[in-house]
Amino acid sequence: MTMKEKALILDKAGIERALTRIAHEILEKNKGAKGLAVVGIQRGGVHLAKRLAARIHEIEGVDVPVGSLDITMYRDDLTTRKSQPVPQATDIAFDIQDRVIVLVDDVLFTGRTIRAALNSIMDYGRPKSIQLAVLLDRGHRELPVRADFVGKNLPTSAREKVEVTLAEDGVEEKVVILGE
Amino acid sequence: MTLEGLTMALSSKDLLDIKGMTTDEIKLILDTAATFKDVSERDIKKVPALRGKTVINLFYEASTRTRTSFELAGKRLSADVINISTSTSSVVKGETLLDTARNIEAMKCDIIIIRHSCPGAPHFLASRLKSSVINAGDGFHEHPTQALLDMYTIREKLGKLEGLTVAIVGDIAHSRVARSNIYGLVAMGANVRVCGPATMVPPGIERMGAKVYYDADKAVDGADVIMMLRLQLERQAAGLFPGVREYAKLYGLNPARLKLAGLERAGKNVIVMHPGPMNRGVEIASDVADNSSVILDQVTNGVAVRMAVMFLLSGGSKAEA
Repeated sequence: MTMKEKALILDKAGIERALTRIAHEILEKNKGAKGLAVVGIQRGGVHLAKRLAARIHEIEGVDVPVGSLDITMYRDDLTTRKSQPVPQATDIAFDIQDRVIVLVDDVLFTGRTIRAALNSIMDYGRPKSIQLAVLLDRGHRELPVRADFVGKNLPTSAREKVEVTLAEDGVEEKVVILGE
Repeated sequence: MTLEGLTMALSSKDLLDIKGMTTDEIKLILDTAATFKDVSERDIKKVPALRGKTVINLFYEASTRTRTSFELAGKRLSADVINISTSTSSVVKGETLLDTARNIEAMKCDIIIIRHSCPGAPHFLASRLKSSVINAGDGFHEHPTQALLDMYTIREKLGKLEGLTVAIVGDIAHSRVARSNIYGLVAMGANVRVCGPATMVPPGIERMGAKVYYDADKAVDGADVIMMLRLQLERQAAGLFPGVREYAKLYGLNPARLKLAGLERAGKNVIVMHPGPMNRGVEIASDVADNSSVILDQVTNGVAVRMAVMFLLSGGSKAEA
């Protein structure tokens, strides 16, 4: 099955604007950057988490710790897949105990990745609270999960695919819908 | 980008030998092991990846390190791990290997890890069982997870395998560790030297891609990795070497011999390995073992590598794939 690009949802400038707004919203909700940490979910959320931390620094002048989280070993479909996903690095070089953790991912879909991420991060300590920031919310939730910060809400069909490509990976930065 | 695109699988349901593996499969295991090493370094040393799976350690030979390593690897993946040591099992009542394994499988296990003195015992079970079989050492044949953890440790310390010179010194003929390492290291592009008394170097070993040395000084000269093998002291009774002191002098790794590898050359990093258990003062001097070796790193990495192997073998519907 080949999928072709059906619509451009966000271009580079659109992604930048969404991240800037999310950074402001994070600071507003938490009344500043004290006790915050940003953790990107492998692989789509890692670059976005770094960018959010950089924006928070620009706005508040505070360095917030950035980490990356791999949820492979916490997936609920490991025994039903044809082959195992390749685990990526988890790198949380700070103590998450009593911090406010902002989890970052590119696309929020079924909510299963977020469930896995919540279980995973709890194995590193007991954060004060966990908030969720996503660039896109495409609906079709299978678990009761909701994002605190959303770049763009995007109604999609379950058969469509949403693809986020970022400049850090050496490709054109955009969000597109793919379909048959 | 989704994780879905990033999958790879081992081609077999079992891990029986290094000889039958492709370099891509070896790389996949080594890369996967890196992420599992992190798990052992956190406070909560457990991930739920193998929740609900059952792993059986079936050891027909004595072992501390390997059995514990497999047990911890399984437990850190949340599998249920059962240890069977044959001295206290129905094996002493005369049950055959296949019957023992079939009975264990009838209780619904997913992975059977076997160590046996007969070469080919894991292969024999693998072709008759639905469970995944992992070879934890079979006779003088192979010990694949040891070679994988050795390759992982070399890559971790020296950054690569390709182009390195690895000297394996000791009783090559009776060593499954040597055999697995030769297959793996040669496949990964290393230059492998094997060295030991002529009675302990099997004829034809050079056909596996290793270069044969009988002089330990020459074998370690310029090596990047020196892998010492345990001298099985019972081989003396068989007449394979005249005496322990002579062996230690001619083949043991002491500080003077280690210098021949070129440690003090600028930028040269030489690592000393031993699969354990070691005979201090025989094949390796205490000073070398305690101050210049990566032996305990090998043990640490063994857990991560075995976690990676069990994780990769547990991938979904491989049997039908």
